Amino acid sequence: MKLLVPVKRVVDYNVKVRVRADGSGVETAGVKMSMNPFDEIAVEEAVRLKEKGIASEVIAVSLGVAACGETIRTALAMGADRGILVETDAELQPLAVAKLLRAIAEREQPGLIILGKQAIDDDMNATGQMLAALLGWPQGTFASKLEIAGETIAVTREIDGGLETVSLSRPAIVTTDLRLNEPRYASLPNIMKARKKPIETLTPAALGVDPAPRLALVKVVEPAKRQAGKKVGSVAELVAKLKTEAKVI
Amino acid sequence: MTALVLLEHDGHAVKQPSRSALAAAARLGGEVHALLAGSGLAEVAVAAARLPGVTKLLVADAEAYAHALAEPLAALLVALAPGYTHILAAATAMGKNVLPRAAALLDSQPISDVSEVIDADTFVRPIYAGNALATVRSADAKKVITVRAASFDPVAAEGGSAAAEPVEAPASQAGSRFVSAELVKSERPELTAARVVISGGRGMQNGENFHLLERVADRLHAAVGASRAAVDAGFVSNDMQVGQTGKIVAPELYIAVGISGAIQHLAGMKDSKVIVAINKDEEAPIFQVADYGLVADLFKALPELADELERGA
Ligand SMILES: Cc1cc2nc3c(=O)[nH]c(=O)nc-3n(C[C@H](O)[C@H](O)[C@H](O)COP(=O)(O)OP(=O)(O)OC[C@H]3O[C@@H](n4cnc5c(N)ncnc54)[C@H](O)[C@@H]3O)c2cc1C
Repeated sequence: MKLLVPVKRVVDYNVKVRVRADGSGVETAGVKMSMNPFDEIAVEEAVRLKEKGIASEVIAVSLGVAACGETIRTALAMGADRGILVETDAELQPLAVAKLLRAIAEREQPGLIILGKQAIDDDMNATGQMLAALLGWPQGTFASKLEIAGETIAVTREIDGGLETVSLSRPAIVTTDLRLNEPRYASLPNIMKARKKPIETLTPAALGVDPAPRLALVKVVEPAKRQAGKKVGSVAELVAKLKTEAKVI
Repeated sequence: MTALVLLEHDGHAVKQPSRSALAAAARLGGEVHALLAGSGLAEVAVAAARLPGVTKLLVADAEAYAHALAEPLAALLVALAPGYTHILAAATAMGKNVLPRAAALLDSQPISDVSEVIDADTFVRPIYAGNALATVRSADAKKVITVRAASFDPVAAEGGSAAAEPVEAPASQAGSRFVSAELVKSERPELTAARVVISGGRGMQNGENFHLLERVADRLHAAVGASRAAVDAGFVSNDMQVGQTGKIVAPELYIAVGISGAIQHLAGMKDSKVIVAINKDEEAPIFQVADYGLVADLFKALPELADELERGA
């Protein structure tokens, strides 16, 4: 079984983003970029399935500017076998990404596609569900555990009230939650090896997809800043303030 | 212009986040219908028909919807979509699972986690863990929207009288099957609905110590939450995680105990009305958003706080 793992290049999760003064977006120039943390979890899961002999090949796909090739290299260094870069300077929204991934899935015929549940830049939490819909495949979102037995995949999902397990028939879509695994760090020899692994470059046009965005960005602003309040000296003072000043208890 | 809101329920009552989604739908300016899907809906349908502002209640009572799986629910929404300009649900685990799937089938780019409705086409949504707010305008014929419940005061549970109408379940090839659920039972208010939330982080050291928080929570009728670090370490269950990728809460009072205040945690609670932080490190970033900060060892402060509240009661 082939596995497909889409990986997104995003502003590193440690960076405190700055909104551009003209309201046109968030400043990304000169900012550290990394693989979306949920996608790292997806790559890790795929590589583990290969190590267990359940998967035959792990293909990492990234979509966007040429630098997304670096994100693919990171996945290759973690253990993916080859990469596909869909290169475009156009803004890609989840619907377009899902359509491009469908085209790739139709070419590659994977038995399972593992995606991060959300990207930490646009926080959309949509691409996996949309890809499942377009392919007509079942979906197991927000996964904290994955068990593959024959043609079925048992996915334990993190839901609002606790955990839920669903059984999916293959091919299927799984999106990762934080507790599925702890991604490995790529070792130096594996980083070297990854340089020799193949990356194929495609374009949206070659895949027959019009990636035009459907949501126009009107503006981006900073949220209202909270003022740091005051320090209280004791528990008694805290309770008194909550009662008489904040009036919340 | 008519909006359809997919309701979430437990067979008895409609969940509070869905009432916030109804409030957001009302802001669109058109008529609002609600969809109740599940198996054995007689009781909850009576409750749902009383939701204010809803002119029609669609009831899809079928075994296929018993566990709110995305595949049949998305097919149902798509079958109903011709009558609607907007399809909404709360941005809960259920809403986030189902709506994007329906959106793709409708060739519409979903608008996730909307925190403000500007007009029928234009919405505000937080991005980058709430460190920026994007205003977006949708060009799609059908808008598919999940609603950040913490940003909209819920409509009342009663006061309306919608006409209920059964709807047929369309055929859908699921490929998915519900196996089991491990739901956490709690006597406490739900995190996303509580007036007071008290959360513990890595500083709690273990799950046992959460009893210290619970004693305080008992006095304040509070829900108990946690940071990711506390959940990852196995102190408490995943449903308690507050943050960018957990639950978004905006209670009257949020008390963060032994939580450093990473941006991903702040994303889930910084819209709370009053924030209290208890942390032994006076440099902890949580103090930058706290209205009241107490620099103290939580193992000393929490029992004192419980005693103080008990005394005052
Ligand atoms: C993709 C991604 C998504 C994430 N999503 C979330 C999310 O949804 N929610 C979330 O919370 N985090 C999330 N995180 C993790 C986040 O970055 C932080 O790692 C996490 O919030 C830290 O939890 P903490 O504050 O409990 O632990 P720490 O940062 O370790 O802080 C512990 C605090 O406890 C204090 N402390 C220790 N002992 C005591 C004591 N005896 N008395 C008083 N204070 C004490 C310390 O001073 C310290 O400030 C996410 C991270 C990533 C990468």
